[in-house]
Amino acid sequence: MTVEPKITPELVAKHGLTPDEYERIKSILKREPNFTELGIFSVMWSEHCSYKNSRKELRKFPTTGDRVLVKAGEENAGVIDIGDGWAIAFKMESHNHPSAVEPFQGAATGVGGIIRDIFTMGARPVFSLNSLRFGPITGDSPNVKTNRRLFAGVVSGISHYGNCIGIPTIGGEVYFDESYDGNPLVNVFNLGILKHEQIARGAAKGVGNPVFYVGAETGRDGLAGAAFASRDLTEESKEDRPAVQVGDPFREKLLLEACLELLATDAVAGIQDMGAAGLTCSTCETASRGGTGVEIDLAKVPQRETGMTPYETMLSESQERMLIIVKKGHEKTVCDIFAKWDLPYAEVGVVKDDGMMRVLNHGQVVAEIPARQLADEAPLYDREAKAGATPPQLDLAKLAEGDNHAALLSLLAHPSIASKNWVYRQYDHTVRAGTVVVPGSDSAVFLVREANKLLAATSDCNGLYCALDPRQGARIAIAEGARNLACAGAMPLAVTDNLNFGNPHKPENFWQLRESVEGLAEGCRAFDVPVTGGNVSLYNESPAGAIDPTPTVGMVGIIEEERHVTSSYFKAAGDAIILIGGFGDELGASHYLKVVHGQKIGPVPKLDFARERATHDALRALIKSRFVKSAHDLSEGGLAVALAESTLAHPNPPPQPLGATIEINAPGLRVDQLLFNETQGRIVITAKPTDVGPILLLLEMRGIPAHRIGTVGGDMFKVTANGAHVGWSIAELRTAWYDSIANAMNA
Amino acid sequence: MKAAVIRFPGSNCDQDCVLALSELGVKTDYVWHKDTSVAGYDLVVLPGGFSYGDYLRCGAIARFSPIMKAVKEYAAAGNLLLGICNGFQILCEAGLLPGALIRNRSLHFVCQHQNVRVEDISNPFLHLCRTGARLRIPIAHGEGSYSADAATLLQLERQNRILLRYVNNNGAAIDLANPNGSVESIAGIINEGRNVFGLMPHPERACDRRLGSDDGRIIFESILASLGAISLDEDAAAPTTSRSLT
Repeated sequence: MTVEPKITPELVAKHGLTPDEYERIKSILKREPNFTELGIFSVMWSEHCSYKNSRKELRKFPTTGDRVLVKAGEENAGVIDIGDGWAIAFKMESHNHPSAVEPFQGAATGVGGIIRDIFTMGARPVFSLNSLRFGPITGDSPNVKTNRRLFAGVVSGISHYGNCIGIPTIGGEVYFDESYDGNPLVNVFNLGILKHEQIARGAAKGVGNPVFYVGAETGRDGLAGAAFASRDLTEESKEDRPAVQVGDPFREKLLLEACLELLATDAVAGIQDMGAAGLTCSTCETASRGGTGVEIDLAKVPQRETGMTPYETMLSESQERMLIIVKKGHEKTVCDIFAKWDLPYAEVGVVKDDGMMRVLNHGQVVAEIPARQLADEAPLYDREAKAGATPPQLDLAKLAEGDNHAALLSLLAHPSIASKNWVYRQYDHTVRAGTVVVPGSDSAVFLVREANKLLAATSDCNGLYCALDPRQGARIAIAEGARNLACAGAMPLAVTDNLNFGNPHKPENFWQLRESVEGLAEGCRAFDVPVTGGNVSLYNESPAGAIDPTPTVGMVGIIEEERHVTSSYFKAAGDAIILIGGFGDELGASHYLKVVHGQKIGPVPKLDFARERATHDALRALIKSRFVKSAHDLSEGGLAVALAESTLAHPNPPPQPLGATIEINAPGLRVDQLLFNETQGRIVITAKPTDVGPILLLLEMRGIPAHRIGTVGGDMFKVTANGAHVGWSIAELRTAWYDSIANAMNA
Repeated sequence: MKAAVIRFPGSNCDQDCVLALSELGVKTDYVWHKDTSVAGYDLVVLPGGFSYGDYLRCGAIARFSPIMKAVKEYAAAGNLLLGICNGFQILCEAGLLPGALIRNRSLHFVCQHQNVRVEDISNPFLHLCRTGARLRIPIAHGEGSYSADAATLLQLERQNRILLRYVNNNGAAIDLANPNGSVESIAGIINEGRNVFGLMPHPERACDRRLGSDDGRIIFESILASLGAISLDEDAAAPTTSRSLT
């Protein structure tokens, strides 16, 4: 055996552990740890695995509800009842740091990881979303080329993994902002379907049950990736490339099918994927959940390389591996199924009753740690929180009103708003034959054939709002998610979140985290949707500073009947266009200010939860009455962008364009304010002209302002706002909007 | 009638194919790639996906799977064999169809609803269509650019073996409507015996109006009708244009 390094204060520090944490380790072990044990503690007590800086905040989320079958934090993913004996498991997770240094593999293994989290629950994964952030890919910043490389690499990594494994990627979001220069965000979401009785548990139950390792062999890739993800990114981070794992979607497809085949038998007592912190995490967590101990012998672990030390084997984050606790006597079932799928498998250990995670190597003990204390008793910290400087506020009188014709074209061409077809055409979004509303609408809609249920899903977060007011930004993220679902005809069920922030040791960053968590929690309570789980990614800092706080929200809803499915684009010439929620007037924090005037300034739009929810309920009522032909929420770029998108977003554009003629009058408002303000709670719908009367009456009875503002048709988008005329041809809008990202990437 | 959908390791459209056929009332089984017989089946489908991870070259390893010997014998006996996407790639690698499918000209994977034009109906797979009919069916592939030498193309053309071409909304096979750079916009071809059909579009993803198009059904219905599994009546009249939802 190789000689292990001596434990010194420098070595402890290099493992990201503080002297206090080291003392705590000694008191748990009642002795000094050896090198392997030090490594084990360092990954389990990293922020990535232990949430030691954020756990106290996360307790603020509402996590219960009538539909919750498995609560947040109990297992790999929460499980929600969708009726008729069916349930869904879903979750969002980040792979930001790996993607910053190796975008293709970083993103690919992110997808692989989240899919494993879902089928570990016994669910068949049926669709994915992703939420991405990059620095600008247009303009003259020296970072543009790097950002394009990261963006192209991430999209192609997601496409590679998701397409190969055969799970459609049906929606998501992509934003571009300077704050993500050098520190992209890659948040991936997966949802799976299962029957109530199929919920699998990640607990090592049954003393004496054998412990199986199945899936790909362990190599040296991804060594201590969880610890790497719990540090700031620096100039030297590229030297951490070995901490990035390498994904093999083909192996994962086999693993997925083999595990689901096995879970359909009666052989499994517990199952846990090997994600962050690999073998370490899966053994101590299953033991901790089961209230048992687990003993494994590393010599029995299938290995891809020779000469791996126990330290390396325990800390490897090789992909596509699972730990399975098998009911004694059912070993042959496991062997037969994994042999059929040509996957490595090995009986590596046994469930014990002593509460210890005991690691042997050829029979010799190399690590022995109380499992529960390792898995669940990482130190928890209250970090100092301090509000940042008040951001500058808009003084409308000092804002010059420019050319509104050019302003809309700039907004539509801005990569954050432009069509994402360059992205989603690279994702297989039609496999599994269930995609009802394809990418490009407010929510993706998917028909889960197994259960005959229609689900809508969306991911949302306006980082600009969050940078200027993290609490309000988070509240709006939830409201926007719910609004997007309502526009699809869906009722929200539950939320998963991905909290992306900077280094929590900086009081300003921690304040942003706390404000955002509290904002999300308020939103969840207002819409009565529990948080079913998620992920925290801190230390999102490059040498230039922290990212804009980005608490991404993934929200899933259910559509009762097929005829309620609604999409965002205009359907027929002659249809009436109705604006629900009033004209608005808030230009603060808008994309108009950012894109056209180069200003990231507040105030962030106000939000009234009661009014917002009443609006969504009214919209759903109108949809159920079959009045609504299209529905699109107003977000970045306000009314003008929303209307333009509705003229453009048809997935199979008709030969005759469906333009629009609009007339709006709001005395006292500037034209740019009227066109581009981002006041919340607003939706544009279309309907047959004969239905306008009953629609306006229903909205009036519910106290929701609404105006008929125009008519669909023609090859122009013409607006008369407070008497001023401005118009665009659909062709010029389409060129600006549809090809913008492709043009940037081919530049 | 009975249909078999072959499951290679890495197949990922196998479940969609079984579903599409089952919903048309066809008893359909999965057949594992390590099996060695397809006896008793009236239709065999090689589904889409990434067999063997598409490592080495798409379809290049799958053609050595044990089941392929039986599939070749089955096809040689004149039985109906359908290869979709990765299945088409496997048919070319196995020598059951001529030519090859190479990387898309954009070098990107491409997924979209795509118009294809029916070029020939004198075959069991498309005989319920009219020649020139336009079908709207999803494509999803990274290596779908059909390639063949001039002699092969000439032969395919002369023998009316090019069954589908990529076209625009007006039914024209122009370069702009060619999603992957396939030579002569070829989307699907048939063998000389007219019983082995390979195509890149996914008809099994276009069998349900709720998904935006059910234009793919006509391919499965044609197969069923030619096997006598459904009777031809007035209702089976072929569409001349897309039946897609707009």
